[in-house]
Amino acid sequence: MVKEQANWSPYDNNGGSCVAIAGADYCVIAADTRMSTGYNILTRDYSKICQLADKCVMASSGFQADVNALKKNLYAKHLIYQHQHNKQMSCPAMAQLLSNTLYYKRFFPYYSFNVLGGLDSEGKGCVFTYDAVGSYERVGYSSQGSGSTLIMPFLDNQLKSPSPLLLPAQDAVTPLSEVEAVELVKTVFASAAERDIFTGDKLEIVVLGASGIRREYMDLRKD
Amino acid sequence: MGSGADSERTLYPYVTGSSVVAIKYKDGILMAADMGGSYGSTLRYKSIERLKPIGKHTLLGASGEISDFQEILRFLDELILNDNMWDDGNSLGPKEVHNYLTRVMYNRRNKFNPLWNSLVIGGVKNGQKYLGMVNMIGINFNDNHVATGLGNHLARPILRDEWNENLTFEEGVKLLEKCMRVLLYRDRSAVNKIQLK
Repeated sequence: MVKEQANWSPYDNNGGSCVAIAGADYCVIAADTRMSTGYNILTRDYSKICQLADKCVMASSGFQADVNALKKNLYAKHLIYQHQHNKQMSCPAMAQLLSNTLYYKRFFPYYSFNVLGGLDSEGKGCVFTYDAVGSYERVGYSSQGSGSTLIMPFLDNQLKSPSPLLLPAQDAVTPLSEVEAVELVKTVFASAAERDIFTGDKLEIVVLGASGIRREYMDLRKD
Repeated sequence: MGSGADSERTLYPYVTGSSVVAIKYKDGILMAADMGGSYGSTLRYKSIERLKPIGKHTLLGASGEISDFQEILRFLDELILNDNMWDDGNSLGPKEVHNYLTRVMYNRRNKFNPLWNSLVIGGVKNGQKYLGMVNMIGINFNDNHVATGLGNHLARPILRDEWNENLTFEEGVKLLEKCMRVLLYRDRSAVNKIQLK
């Protein structure tokens, strides 16, 4: 008896791109708001950014149902942490938690490409970049998602980060000011929307600074 | 060896309903679906109600496998019953029903035994309008207008062009009738009897 195969896939790619840039005392996290499936657009107004803790924001692209399940998981674990430790999780701690949560499902992965941004315990900007099964690295800037192949080289050119192998260890954060970094993000997404069909509609930018959190929106190409 | 487990998984749908289209209008939600149930390419049933009210605030529309829709209705019956049992003056709104159904669909997909439906959940609670969609692998979102199946290709462009915040009831009904007419012309599995709520 031949075993019948399921003729549907439990995964889908809802597209989109996300970017995060770390500065001396701020962090910029941005993602577009388009959700698509195949060649169709499902909705033009879907936020891919979520605030996990006071100083920690995650942007994810990939399969949105898995992203939502992942977010719920992290929210719940963070809540328990707050009850047990009477404080919010720091960004590096959340980074490790996200990595462990992703690896837990190593053999039926969350199809979610994440970028975690925030302020570490010294108030400096930090960005962590992930793959779908949880390998992560602290970097000065990163992009994930369908537009990342277009965005990453541009960011490399503008923000060239020192290699983590260098000795003495050099700071990965960019010397750009907050305003300059936001302008860079807007430019980068406008270019990505030109050529990547899954990126467009609207750009949501979240800036985490010492004074708190700020949101900004910008229109992108709708085609 | 694993054949017992295999025979309990949904592999492909049998009796299916075609698209559901829904919009927000000034005072609430309008949803439309035709009343056909196709058995492959045969139009087997011509009076299936694919739009059902859930509790006091919500409307649920489904396309896809009709038997899975009926099972979802049984789950929701239980949910609403338990909610009423609390007798605390609060009742489940469309957002809660949407969240519940998203979790149900996602968990079934995780077990590789999906409920083969695309669901539209709409409603008004405390003056707040809500319109959302869930599909069989758990993708969910909410928007001002949604459509499932072929409606996504045929009706959504019309809605994007002609929808605005302040549609009256009559304008909304006309807009939905226009969408259903296009679907009747071009969707093989549509029938000319529709339900509009």
